[in-house]
Amino acid sequence: MKHVDEFRDGQAARKLAAAIARAATRPWTLMEVCGGQTHSIVRYGIDQLLPGGVELVHGPGCPVCVTPLETIDRAHAIASHPGVIFCSFGDMLRVPGSRGDLLQLKAQGADVRIVYSPLDAVNLAAANPDRPVVFFAIGFETTAPPNAMAVWIAKKRKLANFSVLVSHVLVPPAIAAILDAPGNRVQAFLGPGHVCTVVGYEDYEKLSAQYRVPIVVTGFEPVDLLEGVLLAIRQLEQGRAEVENAYARVVDRQGNPHSLKLVNEVFEVCDRKWRGIGLIPSSGLRLRPEYRDHDAEQIFEVDDIETCESSVCISGEILRGLKKPHDCPAFGRECTPHSPLGATMVSSEGACAAYYAHGRHLELVALT
Amino acid sequence: MTFSAERRTAGDAETEGAATIGPDSLGRCPLPRSQYGQIVMGHGGGGRLSADLIERLFVPAFGGDVLERMEDQAILRLGHGASTSNGKLAPRLAFTTDGFVVKPLFFPGGDIGKLAVCGTVNDLAVGGAEPLYLAAAFILEEGFTISELARIARSMRAACDEAGVTLVTGDTKVVDRGKGDQVFITTSGIGLVPDGRELSIRSARPGDCVLVSGTMGDHGVTIMSVREGIAFDTELESDCAPLIGLTRAMLAACPSIRAMRDPTRGGLASVLNELASASKVGVRLDESSVPVRLEVRAACEMLGLDPLYVANEGKLIAVVPRDDAPRLLEAMRSHPLGREAAIIGEIVADHPGMVTLRSTIGERILTMAAGEQLPRIC
Repeated sequence: MKHVDEFRDGQAARKLAAAIARAATRPWTLMEVCGGQTHSIVRYGIDQLLPGGVELVHGPGCPVCVTPLETIDRAHAIASHPGVIFCSFGDMLRVPGSRGDLLQLKAQGADVRIVYSPLDAVNLAAANPDRPVVFFAIGFETTAPPNAMAVWIAKKRKLANFSVLVSHVLVPPAIAAILDAPGNRVQAFLGPGHVCTVVGYEDYEKLSAQYRVPIVVTGFEPVDLLEGVLLAIRQLEQGRAEVENAYARVVDRQGNPHSLKLVNEVFEVCDRKWRGIGLIPSSGLRLRPEYRDHDAEQIFEVDDIETCESSVCISGEILRGLKKPHDCPAFGRECTPHSPLGATMVSSEGACAAYYAHGRHLELVALT
Repeated sequence: MTFSAERRTAGDAETEGAATIGPDSLGRCPLPRSQYGQIVMGHGGGGRLSADLIERLFVPAFGGDVLERMEDQAILRLGHGASTSNGKLAPRLAFTTDGFVVKPLFFPGGDIGKLAVCGTVNDLAVGGAEPLYLAAAFILEEGFTISELARIARSMRAACDEAGVTLVTGDTKVVDRGKGDQVFITTSGIGLVPDGRELSIRSARPGDCVLVSGTMGDHGVTIMSVREGIAFDTELESDCAPLIGLTRAMLAACPSIRAMRDPTRGGLASVLNELASASKVGVRLDESSVPVRLEVRAACEMLGLDPLYVANEGKLIAVVPRDDAPRLLEAMRSHPLGREAAIIGEIVADHPGMVTLRSTIGERILTMAAGEQLPRIC
């Protein structure tokens, strides 16, 4: 298949791996930011193609993972309101809140629907004018434009029954938080290819300069990832720290101006709590005041949210690249996608879920 | 299919270990529950949740050697293995049942009626049986149109004729509007297993070859392409078809076939995990040999799904001793339903209970499907 096969080509991958082995003269630790990249790395065994000293640690770029538990509980409370049609992307449905997941709420009679685009939720609101329709607007900069578009259209069409529960997060503040954290060992980043498709990478140039850290905007296929690693290693070896674009077939330095304009029209930057990490200043998006009529948090008063995370789970350290799924004693044992203990196992994009889905727990068993 | 959901794979210690870190060590934390108190959609997904339901609820409730074998069909010797008066062994009966709740009812390449006949015929056929008779029960929702029901019945008749089976008994119930979803169909079927034929997913041996009768994922992707809210344009059709003609040709050419299975819900990966687990062997697949249509690959890329986990309704996998594999492949390719058949991998002694997939980049583990395949956020 064109645009896919050439980026999954074994020969090209091995060539790049050999080039990385030649370029790396000492150990380096790189973080891939996106959950999608983590998945690809584990699925194709990219980490196993790298020379021993080059380590990939997994970043916080899993939108489902970092959505705080209280937001999920809030979503559940709203979905339980009589009459509400609660719409979500599919992979949010399995995420457990303090009292079960959306699939269970659905089983108990809540009207929970999987949509494939937030615009489908807008259409549902138009078709059901007497019922509140709420869309769970989560994600990074990648999903911000369609979510902004949904709110913008709903306002234009005067669909007062449409609202969004927003838990949008931004990547650059999270990268800064990782670099600022004591004990950080990340020396270079594979930047989030699809986020940069929307926002470009000027912000990443500022980060790179400020922290003197190489950032390579990287795609999601095996060859893309290896190219990203190679460029990052070369920068590290040569003492450079800049932004390079290894995903130029998709990413422009300026991003997508149309999308950005729409996002800025509807959303404004706010502080946001990240599950497993904590509050990061200016790391989220919320609706601007002129769109607050479509803010589910304003419309549905939800009090009494008390949450408590598992004390065993190390997902906070995994999301910051301090530990790997293997380092957790519960991984693949008490904690599986079927009964997750924490953020990185709940989403199919999470590092622990990626390790599990591709059988890394079985390798552990086989090896021990 | 007769309680044919998946068995857990080796090393999957999610329940065994749960006792060591329990609610006590977690303080008052509201632990996500591993066992739902209610039925959720995933219990019907053919993955781990389905398997849990069967292993924890149905098998303990009913027990019995036959049920616990977890084959796609029960094979029963009439008269408890006794010889008949002429000194021959009593015939062996294959018996199976399957419920159908597909939405939409009519889709490119088939409909719920054709699916209901083929599903049950195929569960008999992959056990090496000659399907003979079917029963069908219809649960109809008040308001469902007679013309659509007639269309479904005609389609079932056509599928019966194609498969050479006769529908001999049935039942009809009607539920209030809103208490069902147009029509649900359950079919049961019986067939006879010729003497000397012993197919079982427990029989795979290291060195055997794994064959597949055609492209993977056509049915599941077709259904998704016409589903409300996600519809996309494609020329794809469901592969829904009765496999008895194919299995007959295969067994005639190659009586040494050890096991056959139809990879329905949960797809190829889940069926091979069951096989690996039941036979206590490893399965090693070669990614480039597994036939997948370009349209299916493209749709799966777009939706974030893996074609090896997507349902098929007119395909089978077969395990055969290596020396017989070329002969079997030829027999399959000579049949219209096996034209794109391929040898996709081998049974190995390494990593028993585990399925691996070799790509041009490396080798990865294919685990059993977790539950329903849900399209991802990004």
